[in-house]
Amino acid sequence: MSAQNVRIVRTTTWSAGPGCHGGCGVLAHIEDGKLIKLEGDPDHPWNQGRLCARALAMTQYVEHPKRLRRPLKRVGKRGDGHWEEISWDEAFDLVEKKMRAIREDYGPESVIFSMGTGRDIGPWICMLAYAFGSPNVMFALSGNACYTPRFAALDTVQGDYCVFDAGQWFADRYDDPRFEMPACMIVWGYNIPATCPDNLFGHWIIDLMKRGTKIISIDPRLSWFASRAKHWLRLRPGTDAALAMGFLNVIIKEDLYDYEFLEKWTNAAHLVRKDTGKLLRESDLATGGSRENFVAWDDATNQAAVWDAGQVEYKTPDIKPALSSDCEVSLADGSTVACRTVWDAFRAEVDNYPLDKVEEITGVPAGDIAQAARFYARSKPASIHWGVPIDMTPAVTPLCQAIAALWALTANLDIPGGNVISRFAFDAVAYALPGAEGVIKLKSKEQDKTRIGADRYGPFNTFIWRCQTDLALEQIFTDDPYPIKGLWIQTCNLLGGIGLDPKKWREALKKLDLVVAVDLFMNSTTQYADVVLPAASFLEKEGVRTWWVPLQSINRAISVGECRSDVEINFELARRFDPDFKWKTIHELFNDIIKPSGLTFKELQARGWAFPPEGHPSCPYRRHEKGLLRADKKPGFQTLTGRFELYSTLREDWGLEPLPHHEEPPFTPVSRPDLAKDYPLILSTGRRSPAFFHAEHRMIPWLRQIEPDPVVEIHPDTAAEHGIGNGEWVWVENWMGRAKFKAKVTLVVPPWMVMATHGWWFPEKSGPEPTLYGVWESNINQLIPMNAQGKDGLGAPIKHLLCKIYKVDGRGK
Amino acid sequence: MARKPEYGLLIDYEYCTGCYTCQVACAQEYQWPTGMGGIQVLEVVQKLPNDKAYLAYLPFPTELCTLCAPRTKKGLEPACVKHCMAGCMKYGRLEDLSKELGNKSRMVLWSPR
Repeated sequence: MSAQNVRIVRTTTWSAGPGCHGGCGVLAHIEDGKLIKLEGDPDHPWNQGRLCARALAMTQYVEHPKRLRRPLKRVGKRGDGHWEEISWDEAFDLVEKKMRAIREDYGPESVIFSMGTGRDIGPWICMLAYAFGSPNVMFALSGNACYTPRFAALDTVQGDYCVFDAGQWFADRYDDPRFEMPACMIVWGYNIPATCPDNLFGHWIIDLMKRGTKIISIDPRLSWFASRAKHWLRLRPGTDAALAMGFLNVIIKEDLYDYEFLEKWTNAAHLVRKDTGKLLRESDLATGGSRENFVAWDDATNQAAVWDAGQVEYKTPDIKPALSSDCEVSLADGSTVACRTVWDAFRAEVDNYPLDKVEEITGVPAGDIAQAARFYARSKPASIHWGVPIDMTPAVTPLCQAIAALWALTANLDIPGGNVISRFAFDAVAYALPGAEGVIKLKSKEQDKTRIGADRYGPFNTFIWRCQTDLALEQIFTDDPYPIKGLWIQTCNLLGGIGLDPKKWREALKKLDLVVAVDLFMNSTTQYADVVLPAASFLEKEGVRTWWVPLQSINRAISVGECRSDVEINFELARRFDPDFKWKTIHELFNDIIKPSGLTFKELQARGWAFPPEGHPSCPYRRHEKGLLRADKKPGFQTLTGRFELYSTLREDWGLEPLPHHEEPPFTPVSRPDLAKDYPLILSTGRRSPAFFHAEHRMIPWLRQIEPDPVVEIHPDTAAEHGIGNGEWVWVENWMGRAKFKAKVTLVVPPWMVMATHGWWFPEKSGPEPTLYGVWESNINQLIPMNAQGKDGLGAPIKHLLCKIYKVDGRGK
Repeated sequence: MARKPEYGLLIDYEYCTGCYTCQVACAQEYQWPTGMGGIQVLEVVQKLPNDKAYLAYLPFPTELCTLCAPRTKKGLEPACVKHCMAGCMKYGRLEDLSKELGNKSRMVLWSPR
């Protein structure tokens, strides 16, 4: 090849392709319109020239012989695998006609718009759903149990999300004088270097470790971090909240918390009524008093003082709010009520978790918990980063509250090297995510009324704008309160990847009048579609990326077949469905999204990326002190009280426990000893592989050779007990079903737990029914139920089920 | 007579995370068919006292590794070194790398084929 013909296009990874949550700068080497090489962009501040295995395999991905290249129309029975290639015009006309028919007969809400992992799909799927008129955008995992629960929980207690600090807010990164190296970092259930989820670059933590950051690893597996941690706490899956309460116990008892932050920035001084257990409000004190205002006890005057939540200050100046108080307050009706402070109530809850009890629940020795908690609290600065196992338990919100209280009480929130509030770059938000309103939004509150789950779950009518997935699946079968007739599925493998109890999802697909799938390859789910539309990889599209910093553009480098980007596909249909559709061109839409940056899409493309300047709400640090977090520019947080809420006002409003606590998950040896008799091992799933993102990449040879078979990790003692040798095929089974895996006998897992890998299907096998690419062979989701979400509709028991294991005869064939 | 090796790869396996970037970077650079490649990542899990263990990964240059002669001639780093996510691989003269080897523990110096 001659170098003269090679053109280099600078762009940003954001799925499809590597499958991750993106952000890496890459240089695509193009010759005669073909991708010949992809390299990391050495000038890009995000990845600094590095690149992962999945991005480096893009030459095998983009021109893969099995890539979908033209729209397909089903011509046989659903699942028979008979397809006819059609033009885009025919495809759009067909989909438009069928969707319009459903809208006319049943209403727009009767079509659900389903997406998978969070990436460059959310805005465009919302755009289409809202233009069609449906509020039912669905993230298809039970309990919406990936990231949304953590977002929602932090919006509940501190009004904004936060992440570990690796200087990602600044072009000079670790060398920027504003940044400080964390002395300690807790890596909580997170093997982030494999796959880079959560809009972060996993190896940033390795960068920090090389510069001196010490690690506390909280993980039942001997992860890479656990191996290198100063403290490794091997907890029983699903007991994280008890562990966090144990940490709080040590930090409070040993006086390791930050008094100033507690007094100044939390609602510790607000009063809780002893009779109802609820917050005392101004409306309790006086008729005409606001329910939105709260009350503290002033030690200076020995009387109640009102916290004006709107003004974010006490109504009387110079008061000395008591952090601890046993007081009697006069009410509007002349009676009195005994009260204590939030801080008293919080400490009383924490007192329920002495370390011997925490050891009993978690399996972590009390001494190790104490040492780790002290090390975290004494390290300045220190950060915590948590992974998706936090979401994958039904009592996710109380767990998040406990962990958030750790960074708050140690004053590590929004400081250099701590947990830094992560705003979208320049506050440019494409679509509604928890805590933010985007350019793409529902047309009216009216349109949102029929959203599934919004009437039942507090977070879903406060700041989660998706439907609740478990209820949505049920509704497909019950038609209650209205029928679901159509499903638009965009880069989302319900049967092979995201769907728990996947055979139930298949029944749902069969029941629907219309199924449209948009994807890059055929998979078990697309087999049930009526129309399949071929989507583009990130190299074949234009786009903008605003979460979080920097603001970045995605620039088209190549085109493949007739594949179109998600935004192009959805834009065309949205335009057809909505006579008032706001944008004429996709560039107009991009310009609208990034408008707060002052740049046009063309200008951003020329620059590649842009960092928000000092003083902007999306540039750290200490924004709660500077009045940069709230719309009214007052110091404080975007919560109902304006304070970090140790006691959650929203949770109280939703009729849920306002304080952090531990709840035993539904299917553990503790909660279900009856099941544990037959299924004695803890089944955990979803450990990450650097080769695959969830159900993707099984057809890419360079990646598949890294992990050719579905694997279950078994401890050597447990394997020996079951007569299982390394590399032998085993069944993993419970009351829901069974799936087949190759045993990886390893010390990485404890003897009482097995770790089964997820997302397994076999693109090399036959697609039509009954084989469906072997999707029923090794799909661990067949052992996990739907409908076990938490009380607030969030979380699912994915990391802690029960199972037994036994050898497959005849090597599993 | 065998050529005297002059260049090598210094690996800091304390920080190798087993991300397999080096393997795929090599595959892309030379478009290796499945099963072939210039570097392979090995996993080692060692049992330690007190129920502990240590999980380590180690990139191993195979018989197909040329130390990226076509790249280094142009002044570029080998493909594996350039993309290494943990920044734990270094290419250079064996003489210089062997001095660096003494700077910290958990390192190996490879002098490939």
